[in-house]
Amino acid sequence: MWEQIRANKRNSILLLALMATVLALLGWFIGRAFSPDPAAGLFGIVIALFVWMILAMVSFAGGDAIFLAASKATPVTKDVHPQLFNVVEEMAIAAQLPMPKIYIINDPAPNAFATGRNPQKASVAITAGLLGRLNRDELQGVIAHEMSHILHRDILFVTVAGVMLGAIVLISEIFLRGMFFSSMSRRYSSRSRSSGGGQAQAIMLVVAIIAAILAPIMATLLYFALSRKREYLADAGAARLTRYPEGLASALEKLSQNTTPLSVANKVTAPMYIVNPLQKKGMKLSDLTSTHPPISERVRVLRGMAGASFADYSEAFRKTTKHSTPIPSSALKDEAVQIRSAGSQKSADSKKQIRDIGDIMQKTAGFHFVNCSCGLKMKVPPNYKAHQVKCPRCGKISAV
Amino acid sequence: MNILLVLIVIVILLVVFIVGIYNALVRLRNQVQNAWSQIDVQLKRRHDLIPNLIETAKGYMQHERGTLEAVTNARSQAMGAKGVAESAKAEGVLGKALSKFLLTVEAYPDLKANQNFLALQEELSSTENKIAFSRQAYNDQVLFFNNKIQMFPSNIVAGMFNFAKRDYFEIDTAEKAVPKVSFGN
Repeated sequence: MWEQIRANKRNSILLLALMATVLALLGWFIGRAFSPDPAAGLFGIVIALFVWMILAMVSFAGGDAIFLAASKATPVTKDVHPQLFNVVEEMAIAAQLPMPKIYIINDPAPNAFATGRNPQKASVAITAGLLGRLNRDELQGVIAHEMSHILHRDILFVTVAGVMLGAIVLISEIFLRGMFFSSMSRRYSSRSRSSGGGQAQAIMLVVAIIAAILAPIMATLLYFALSRKREYLADAGAARLTRYPEGLASALEKLSQNTTPLSVANKVTAPMYIVNPLQKKGMKLSDLTSTHPPISERVRVLRGMAGASFADYSEAFRKTTKHSTPIPSSALKDEAVQIRSAGSQKSADSKKQIRDIGDIMQKTAGFHFVNCSCGLKMKVPPNYKAHQVKCPRCGKISAV
Repeated sequence: MNILLVLIVIVILLVVFIVGIYNALVRLRNQVQNAWSQIDVQLKRRHDLIPNLIETAKGYMQHERGTLEAVTNARSQAMGAKGVAESAKAEGVLGKALSKFLLTVEAYPDLKANQNFLALQEELSSTENKIAFSRQAYNDQVLFFNNKIQMFPSNIVAGMFNFAKRDYFEIDTAEKAVPKVSFGN
């Protein structure tokens, strides 16, 4: 486990250094665009790093809280969905991590993510839409995938890289908009300025504009490239934790059948989810601008595994994609992890799934379910103040 | 004078060396103990769940007295077991009885529709999984500890302070499979 964390750390630092370079270059070019003096370039770098530092401090202090709030995730107790709690507990034991906080997102689109600064402060969130559609093995696969993100320290990386990307986008936008407005106002005042600035300054300005356009694109590509690799790694980790790759494979298949985009996700938060929440139907996902590898490929790799170890995943990956493995070589030690047999909880039919999703959403919203002895299930709204409720079918009074 | 100094230095180094190994051994032993208590918590939970499960099933399964009694007996055997090896054996028997019981449940659709029973069954299968996962962690720790006790030079220190080898928590392969729990549809 520790080898992966180390390898991940090295990759993350490399990537973050690259992104920081992009950020610094951007600052330099913008600074030089305002004045030919090299000191202006340095000043630009300082300003850019300052913006990034402020954003980074905010995200380190409360990034997970901001992200959870932005996703409209509600913290839930065990009685809302006992099976979810049990499965998270099982995976926490398997990964030997402390129990993360559990959130449900009241959204019918299926998706899940993990966030937090470190494993001690981690949170796992899953949408009601996903929770209602999965059987026990599949849910275990999804939770194991998120646990692997926590175990591999991906959650911190995504937060830090996301913030840096945000800083680059912010600075470019401000500069480009500023250029746009100042060029309009300069039209009227240009006569008062001396035209001695020279050609070099004009070229510098053009370079700065190009840099401001290219920097966010480059940073985004860098960000996405590593987040794709991390998805494969988390899949491999999930297979190893559950000893049952088919669970995650069939969950991913269910996720891919969905066409509703998740309303609470955006471009910066997208890499945190288990599948790309912004994906439109029919879009080809194997291109550079994708945050996640194509699901069909992930499923094929998982189904091609002969055992459940990292080495088995690596082998299956090589066979199905013909690319080099995304698993760091140090993690490929010889260990035999056998695939366990399937649990026997079958998936419910689609009608019951939709009913379950509705139930989960109501429970998350604070509804209280009371089972009457005649078999009727009464759903008591959270603002119901009385302590008893009368069954509308048999008239029996039950305690709330 | 010089020889005395050298002797003192050697003795001090030896003491530091032994203290270091001793502390490492204690740490490993505590980790084994901690991993065992994790399993123990889950085993207790399993034992607590069974009476409720049997009680709920009784009303539906009058003709399966034998199966129910086998589970109850295996449970009391497992609860009385002392030590890791004996406990592993008794838990294996209990696991077997439980899977037989859950197989029999398949023939009683009314029982399978009972909300209370379903909730208990979910708790039970989760507990089985937790036992399986914590068993893995425990056996890893025991491997570390036993290696340390048997290898030179820590075996000398282990012998001096009576560190004993620990047993693995092994359940017979035949009984390893988690009882099939079917929720059907």
